[in-house]
Amino acid sequence: MKSVLPVLTIVAFILGFWTLAVVPMNIHLAADQAARGDIVVEPADARARQEVGAFALALGNPAVIPMTYTLDRPRLPGPQQVVVELWNTIFAVAPTSNRSLIYHGWVTLSATLLGFGMGTALGIALAVGIVFSRTMDLSVMPWAIASQTIPILALAPMIIVVMGAIGIQGLLPKAIISAYLSFFPVVVGMVKGLRSPDTMQLDLLRTYSAGPAQGFWKLRLPASVPYLFASLKIGISASLVGAIVGELPTGARAGFGARMLVGDQYGQPLVTWAALFAAAITAAALVGLFALLERVTLKRMGMAA
Amino acid sequence: MVSADGDPQVLEHSAKTARSAVISASSVDLTFQTNDGPVHALKDVSLDIDKGDFVSFIGPSGCGKTTFLRCIAGLETPTGGTLRVNGMTPDEARRARAYGYVFQAAGLYPWRTIGGNVKLPLEIMGYSKAEQAERVSRVLELVDLAGFARKYPWQLSGGMQQRASIARALAFDADILLMDEPFGALDEIVRDHLNEQLLQLWARTEKTIGFVTHSIPEAVYLSTKIVVMSPRPGRIADVIESTLPRERPLDIRDSPEFIAIAHRVRDGLRAGHADD
Repeated sequence: MKSVLPVLTIVAFILGFWTLAVVPMNIHLAADQAARGDIVVEPADARARQEVGAFALALGNPAVIPMTYTLDRPRLPGPQQVVVELWNTIFAVAPTSNRSLIYHGWVTLSATLLGFGMGTALGIALAVGIVFSRTMDLSVMPWAIASQTIPILALAPMIIVVMGAIGIQGLLPKAIISAYLSFFPVVVGMVKGLRSPDTMQLDLLRTYSAGPAQGFWKLRLPASVPYLFASLKIGISASLVGAIVGELPTGARAGFGARMLVGDQYGQPLVTWAALFAAAITAAALVGLFALLERVTLKRMGMAA
Repeated sequence: MVSADGDPQVLEHSAKTARSAVISASSVDLTFQTNDGPVHALKDVSLDIDKGDFVSFIGPSGCGKTTFLRCIAGLETPTGGTLRVNGMTPDEARRARAYGYVFQAAGLYPWRTIGGNVKLPLEIMGYSKAEQAERVSRVLELVDLAGFARKYPWQLSGGMQQRASIARALAFDADILLMDEPFGALDEIVRDHLNEQLLQLWARTEKTIGFVTHSIPEAVYLSTKIVVMSPRPGRIADVIESTLPRERPLDIRDSPEFIAIAHRVRDGLRAGHADD
């Protein structure tokens, strides 16, 4: 709760900057619209206005400034416009509607969760292999790192196209891109977590002549739980990004990515912005959910920080 | 090898000690190969520990006292000499679960209750559920933690945590208890109290205890035999048989006998240092 005030301060600062930035970003569009609507604008000639700087134009035409916040197709929408658009597409339309962000959100979220599950399972499996097999440690880890240096934007269309060619479409290709992004933090975190027991802990098990399997279930796995949660929080947001990226290159008709693309291509910045914010809110909610799970689990395990 | 090494020992030692020596080391060497050349952690260490002995190993850091304890436990392997624990090699003894080991830190699992921590070795060794429960309550009683089975380690003080770790080492009824500076991280008042309790526990359970410490009063107060070690290379400088009675109230530490033994330990430590 101590973090509320600093967080709100930052939010207020961003909102303030955003609100101020709307005026210079949109003033030319607003002035053109005003001129068409028989309002006297200085300079009156449209081409002459292009030569005038945004701030000068705003200062010369204070009456136009309020209009910069109400444009239908602004360069930068005002915060209140985004809020209204979010409200309209989340609460004011049926969740089954093609305009509903709930509908698009579920399309993206289902791919996110499937990919996250796949990525987490793969990450844990690889980490166990890496910790118990020197061969895997030497062979898998460099590839895991290399896999993350390939820009996902280049890789995603290839995955979609290749899978489409063998007849797999829809959820699974997007989930694979999600898994591709989310397995890596899990591998790194779990390898660190499974190796976190110190020499003394391992010696203690040796004095009991415990086998590797007992060491894994009784010591290494429980000791890795805090590391796992740190990884899951990174992994879930990476998964969401992966699912959205998976929707971008293919002309997908549904999902946050599709909405962002539609808004861009049809000149509806409010649609893009609303989808962007909805995605950010979803990511925050998912990370928050895992943070809560983490707190409850670690507390029950007596490992709360 | 057992017969070849064992027979001359019977001739050398008095019949009593040879028959009851549970740990017997002769000319044990341990050399670590490091990048800066070989390090002689132990050189020519010969020692017999009898059943029911309380043996302390004392010396400055680097004298090999912990290393020797780890050799007995089979956690390090000597590079020379012979070492027998219950007539077996240390590795065999480890696999036969011949000893309980207490480390400097309690090292309790934070995700297990105190009872769950004490149960850990029993689970690994495959005791039945009923026996686990019975043993946990018995050893917790033994270290005065009877009411704490359901508490988590963070709810206990450092001294109580270390007592729980002793209970964990006692749970599977090994005859030998190896303790590596178990009270080193605790303050002196707690340490006094735990020393007193440890003596009572030793008297009740009749274990053979190997105890590493760097505190002279602790070594003299607890031990029937004090092994003074000196560094570079780690070797035995003196072995002192304590003349103190087995029954030892804390104020025995003011007796002239106690002070005389402490004096001899200090002399042994100083002599070891003068050598290098």
